[in-house]
Amino acid sequence: MVENLDLSMVNWARAQFALTAMYHWIFVPLTLGLSWLIAFFHTIYVRTGNEEWKRLTRFWMKLFGINFAIGVATGIILEFEFGTNWSNYSWMVGDIFGAPLAIEGIFAFFLEATFFAVMFFGWDRVSRRFHLFSTWMVAVGSNLSAVWILVANAWMQLPVGQEFNPDTARFEMQNFAEVVFSPVAVTKFTHTTSSSMLLAALFVISVSSWFLLKKRHLLMARRSILVAAVFGLLASGFAAFTGDEAAFEVAMHQPMKLAAIEGLYQGETKAGLVALGVINQAKTVGDGRDGFLFKVKIPYLLSLLAKREPGAFVPGIHDLVYGNRTRDIMGAAAKMERGKIAVDRLDAYKEARKAGDEQAAAAALAEFTEHKQYLGYGFLTRPEEAVPPVALSFYSFRVMVMLGTLFPLVFLAYLYFAWKDRLERVTWLLVPGVFMFFLGLVAHEAGWIVAEVGRQPWAIQGLLPVTVARSNLTTGTVQTTFFMFLVLFTVLLIAEIRIMTRQISIGPEGE
Amino acid sequence: MIGNLDYTTLQQLWWLLCSVVGALFLFLTFVQGGQSLLWQVARTDLEKSMLINSLGRKWELTFTTLVLFGGALFAAFPKFYATSFGGAYWVWILILFTFIIQAVSYEFRAKEANLLGAKTYELFLLINGTLGILLIGAAVGTFYTGSNFRLSSYNLVTWTHPLRGLEAAFNPFNVALGLFLVLNARTLGAMYLLNNIEFSGLADLETRLRRAVRTNFLSSVPFLLFVLVNILLMRGFGVDDQGTVSMVSRKYLANLLANPWLMGLLGAGLPLVFAGVFRTLHRNSSRGIWFSGTGTVLVGLTILLLPAYNQTCFYPSHFDLQSSLTIHNASSSLYTLRVMTWVALFIPVVLAYVWYVWRAMDSRKLQIADVQEKGVY
Repeated sequence: MVENLDLSMVNWARAQFALTAMYHWIFVPLTLGLSWLIAFFHTIYVRTGNEEWKRLTRFWMKLFGINFAIGVATGIILEFEFGTNWSNYSWMVGDIFGAPLAIEGIFAFFLEATFFAVMFFGWDRVSRRFHLFSTWMVAVGSNLSAVWILVANAWMQLPVGQEFNPDTARFEMQNFAEVVFSPVAVTKFTHTTSSSMLLAALFVISVSSWFLLKKRHLLMARRSILVAAVFGLLASGFAAFTGDEAAFEVAMHQPMKLAAIEGLYQGETKAGLVALGVINQAKTVGDGRDGFLFKVKIPYLLSLLAKREPGAFVPGIHDLVYGNRTRDIMGAAAKMERGKIAVDRLDAYKEARKAGDEQAAAAALAEFTEHKQYLGYGFLTRPEEAVPPVALSFYSFRVMVMLGTLFPLVFLAYLYFAWKDRLERVTWLLVPGVFMFFLGLVAHEAGWIVAEVGRQPWAIQGLLPVTVARSNLTTGTVQTTFFMFLVLFTVLLIAEIRIMTRQISIGPEGE
Repeated sequence: MIGNLDYTTLQQLWWLLCSVVGALFLFLTFVQGGQSLLWQVARTDLEKSMLINSLGRKWELTFTTLVLFGGALFAAFPKFYATSFGGAYWVWILILFTFIIQAVSYEFRAKEANLLGAKTYELFLLINGTLGILLIGAAVGTFYTGSNFRLSSYNLVTWTHPLRGLEAAFNPFNVALGLFLVLNARTLGAMYLLNNIEFSGLADLETRLRRAVRTNFLSSVPFLLFVLVNILLMRGFGVDDQGTVSMVSRKYLANLLANPWLMGLLGAGLPLVFAGVFRTLHRNSSRGIWFSGTGTVLVGLTILLLPAYNQTCFYPSHFDLQSSLTIHNASSSLYTLRVMTWVALFIPVVLAYVWYVWRAMDSRKLQIADVQEKGVY
């Protein structure tokens, strides 16, 4: 099934996907969150008729538009990259994965594209009410698109509602509702949208803090901060709650990802959570060395968070690779053996069918069916391959959580000083406040790394490794497009930052 | 209702739906056509600004239709998605590249500190409007002329030409189709602008746009004829009941004769395209876009449907005939097509609100004052 496997090609293809996804992910959360804030600002304007709110709405809309354009530009490549760089993936799971992408187009993208033009240019072309409706539709459309792309992504983490069809040699959808309402899809959506609202609130805080420091547009900045801090505080709480749910889902469905995030090699009962630690980079699975050079642990917390029980057993990487009999855990090594049988019997089945030997085909199919749930493991070469990059997962998770803990404190501080009417004077808060948006971006990218790097080596968890999912391309071809996109996206990002900062420094004066 | 449709009917239905989206995209390439006219038709900054702001209120619609075209093909014909995108790598990557640079250009062009300067973003729009459409035409042309790939017994694709898809741009038929699409997009672009802009104070621009309709339409006719005559005469990729693919002479002519409704589409589409041009040039009308646009949809639909129905391979391989894709061997499962058909019932709602918003926004034409406001493109 896998011919001419070229590992470096797979890694370049992964790098290219990571590059486009992470660039896309700089802009999209801001679009998702800011769309709601703008809808609030616009609503206040329509309700009060106060021109000051109109200027404020138009100012944030302008920044939204700049960010939106580059989000669209980086988005189109992602959709088609599934075909260009991951063509085996497109064929083998396209029956399930294609649907949410098409639905995203029908239900979400047209809402965004159609009402975006009204939101920007409709001020004196359509009625006030219809204009406001359009602004809300942009927010609804953007967030609906998040629903569908996250349904698709959640399915990669927990492939429910499907069955492998040996005749077509692909996975086929059996139950659409299971795919859409998968628990992972629900937590992914709620966690992503709440953290996007948080990021948008940080953006407004950062820009407004800068205005306050410069003693410009004081009224607009104070009003924006008030709305953003309330919004951000609510979003922070919701993001923490859904993040906890997401981690619980990971523990249940992707124990290896959890073990990597925690740097947990040997499974433990009453497992503690490593609050701070330095990963031992020399450590390999099964070498008996300690996974950490240094760590600070909070007892019981990992068992509690992952299993909702302080005494529960949390499996480690070692258990998941080599198996653990006392805990009844089948390791990747044993799954590989069964997977190899499945791969071999599938071949035999196809050969027999081709030769017209129905009896042999039926026998091969029966054996295949018995082992097919491990089919994906049949493509691994070593059981240790089932382990995702530990250090990257571990550190990214901690960066995300620590920043996620910091942000609500920042919002509270802003609210307190806004209430005391002393915001303009608390320079010690405003100066770091300007940089909060960038920390928000770091937290978002870290979250993306946890979700997607932690899934390695799988394109579809447990079913399809990235080495099989790839296209049949040379390393040179993928390298070329990698650098093409790297240069193009970097240039566009620099342009975007320059335009954005210039528009901010011009401020809402001209609106 | 949908539960009763059989697999073959659903496969045909989904090819029709994908083709409708593709044909609508060809109409909406008036945006790309308009972009490519920018350097020719607009002489002053004001004229340029009028053109860009007029097109800038529609570009996302075209872009989104292209994205949906891709998404619909992915969902309904994943083997095509895998084979063509993963195989004809370079042609698709270049097409995508031209759309990435388009997506930022409207928003960035007129903004201060945009790093590359307005001229570069205008160049991006030109590249998207010409090269982007030309390559799309070349890629669609391979539905008739075939490509260089073989599929393994597990349906995994190996491309057998080193140019990986770009070779399509060296086939005369594909190039003719591509050039027709570029010139047709320019004709439509000029007509859209004539319809969308209020020309008081811009009489010269109007004259140049009408001239652009004439020259681009006249230059497009030979390419269209070349394509149509070739389609009627060329050999095609037929598939028999056992699934064996072979070259059949006058295959597409036979398909046309076997499906009189396709003849009807073409028979209605071509006169409409001409009617739009005629009204623009001889009746001084600004409504030509509606005639030529509808005509483009119908002609585009015929071109996309003709190589798919009546036991034909819509994505053939001339390297290995038996690897060719038909709408039956490339489609999603019956279950997925049923689910997607329920979803597709929502498409009329989308069309309705797009139409409503278009009318509401364009009830007043774009005036000079509109592009002198803050925050325009």
